[in-house]
Amino acid sequence: MRRGRIQEAAFTFLMVSSLALVTATLVGIVAVVLIKGGPALSVDMITETPTAGYYLGGGGGILNAIVGSLWLALSATALAFVVSIAVATYLQREFSTPRLANAVRTVLELLWGVPSIVYGVICFVIMVFVGLGTSLLAGIVALTLLEVPIMTRVMDESLSSVPPELKVSAHVLGSNRAETSVRVVWRQAAPGLVSAVLLAFGRGIGDAASILFTAGFTDFIPRSVLDSAAALPTMIFFLSTSPLPEVRERAYAAAFVLLALVLVISVASRLLTHKLSTYVVK
Amino acid sequence: MSTPQIMARGLDVRIGKHHILKDVAVDVPPKKITVIMGPSGCGKTTLLKCFNRLIDLTENVKVKGKVIVDGQDIFAPGVDVIAVRKKMGLLSQRPYPLPMSIYNNVAYGLRIHGTRGHDTLDAKVKHYLEAVGLWEEVKHRLREPATALSIGQQQRLCLARGLAVEPEVILCDEPTSALDPVAAKKVEELLVKLKADYTIVLVTHVLRQAKKLADQVNFIYLGEIVEQGPADELFANPKETLTKEYFSGEIGY
Amino acid sequence: MVCAFLALVVLILVFKSSYLLGQRSLADLLLTTDWNPPRGRFGLLPIIAGSVYVTGLAMVVAVPVSVLASTYIAEYMRGAAQHVMKSFVDVLAGIPSVVYGMCAIIVLVPLVRDVVAPAFGVNSTGFCVLSAAAVLAVMVFPIIISVCVDIFRAVPQETREASLAVGATKWETTKLVVFRAALPGVFSAVLLGLGRAFGETIAVAMLVGNLPRMPASLFDSAATLPSLIASTYGEMMSIPLYDSAMMLLALILILIVLAFNYLAGLIKKRFERLQLGESA
Repeated sequence: MRRGRIQEAAFTFLMVSSLALVTATLVGIVAVVLIKGGPALSVDMITETPTAGYYLGGGGGILNAIVGSLWLALSATALAFVVSIAVATYLQREFSTPRLANAVRTVLELLWGVPSIVYGVICFVIMVFVGLGTSLLAGIVALTLLEVPIMTRVMDESLSSVPPELKVSAHVLGSNRAETSVRVVWRQAAPGLVSAVLLAFGRGIGDAASILFTAGFTDFIPRSVLDSAAALPTMIFFLSTSPLPEVRERAYAAAFVLLALVLVISVASRLLTHKLSTYVVK
Repeated sequence: MSTPQIMARGLDVRIGKHHILKDVAVDVPPKKITVIMGPSGCGKTTLLKCFNRLIDLTENVKVKGKVIVDGQDIFAPGVDVIAVRKKMGLLSQRPYPLPMSIYNNVAYGLRIHGTRGHDTLDAKVKHYLEAVGLWEEVKHRLREPATALSIGQQQRLCLARGLAVEPEVILCDEPTSALDPVAAKKVEELLVKLKADYTIVLVTHVLRQAKKLADQVNFIYLGEIVEQGPADELFANPKETLTKEYFSGEIGY
Repeated sequence: MVCAFLALVVLILVFKSSYLLGQRSLADLLLTTDWNPPRGRFGLLPIIAGSVYVTGLAMVVAVPVSVLASTYIAEYMRGAAQHVMKSFVDVLAGIPSVVYGMCAIIVLVPLVRDVVAPAFGVNSTGFCVLSAAAVLAVMVFPIIISVCVDIFRAVPQETREASLAVGATKWETTKLVVFRAALPGVFSAVLLGLGRAFGETIAVAMLVGNLPRMPASLFDSAATLPSLIASTYGEMMSIPLYDSAMMLLALILILIVLAFNYLAGLIKKRFERLQLGESA
């Protein structure tokens, strides 16, 4: 007779139920989005912008949001990439002192946890100060601020996990610090770097709070960086609670597109990481 | 020779694609020190893990054959693994104290097997710490975390912890490899002292240690038993070429 | 240079946010319960209370479920299954909060409004503390779980073997040894989740009703710090001192969240030092 059998059985039941609950929520969310969003999707939906009377149940689609989201997220990720890779490389031991690196890492860790709405608020303040209205530019800046800590942190981890012997081997063969960084270290850390970028991109494209005040919302596709821009998350945010079912349909469609994008990025990240790992030294 | 306490017969272990143990047969006589020796990576630890069924925890493992302890095959279906493990004490290569105080490390085994009562526990903890020669060194700091001790002390603590559940056999997996010579000597002396009450199986790749401690020797190479027998005979007159090469240092550590 | 940039960002964060405070005393703001900006009333207490209720309730549910699930994933699942589960959790973590909010509006709000509240004899719109807390709990699961699973896996296998070798059962080993060793890490995971929950804006804003009044029950609408900031978009500029009030909310929010995350980081570092110390 095993000791504590009852306790073990009880806890095992609890553990499995908890796990089941968590799994169920994932399945549930995907299911809801599919069920509600699927029927709402049509070629028109994706290729048209809202027409007049849209919010009163008129025609049109969500193209404005799709384009806006892509503009926002791609630009922000690109900008964040430039900053992050510079900071992450800088943090490696050969470029900075341990004290400085520690300080920067602490700051990064703190920034990582900042709620995105705060970034939105700050950019809003700056916008007002500078005299701009809501714009694509402001949204991009806010998103970049959001993405930088996330991206830098993952990049830092990958770069730090490159075995130092690798760098030494490169130096012994005659390359300087910069060459070593780019050709050897980045190559070894490539899977981690790629996943950092994709992770940040996924986060950026799904975030609503930071672009709420900054990018604004509009029915049109932004034509310049100073125009307001709609995005999928903000569209969902505004339209989910509309009293009109046709308008809510747009939200569901937007959710479908957004979720699909995020899932695709997630899978792509895994595949790419795997593929890039062929030359990685373990 | 009296009936062996442990008999392994036809023990065959595969982990994934690797064939770790090939048809191994070993006899462990009671209340003696049986040494299993050989170069690194030859299956010594795996063999030891078969004796207390810790081998079950390894992923992708397939075990064939029998290990008969006191007349019972511990790999037979329906065997109470907990009881088997209680019979076998384990001393690992590096000390792994449990994340608790010195006192609680020793008391852990006692508590889970039902010993209650403050005084009983106190007395037993003291007893086993004395048995490993640690009592004087730690009696005033029993509540400190076990990690505060030196490595040598931690290893003896792990021994005390194992002894507390009153095993019949002590399995030692290269117990002094992480210790400095002074600490190692203390542990070796302990093993000799404990031999009077416990059967000891010692895995080592240190020739000096084997020669000093062994009553019975099993030389294992690449998963196969090459030669086995009483220590004096084997060390004086190794019969197999491999054994001779190992002793002369030609084949590796 | 680059670090200066980061420091600048931090400074802007803290500094720019603290506009208000010009006209009212801090105590006055924090303790009065009347939030009525058009009338110049800025009592923050109901909003802070709302944050505490919603976050607190969410954590009460999220922590046990997450810890239990992590224990199962780390200790009772092997190889491929474990890997699949971890991927699941990662996917869950990546779902945007708007989507959570939207799904909750579709499923949870009607449920609360038409089934749960009446069962308690209460009238509710469904946009209330309960709904917001439920969704928040779900959003926090993956954060706590992924950190906890890593923490459990970091406990050396030999420690488990040491426990099993004296005849402990798997459950005893998990409960008395593994969990014990992982405790500081689990703590820090919970704090991390707490920080995230406190700062979650969108999903909560979609579900909590955004009514800055002290909630009297789970079924009342309320407001949290971030949700109020988000929902007053557009109204800010027209009312005097309103924008400053928003800044103050943001400041309080960020200070609290930073405090949680900082604590979590400290505990995690101490835990790592402990682990390394043990196997030295």
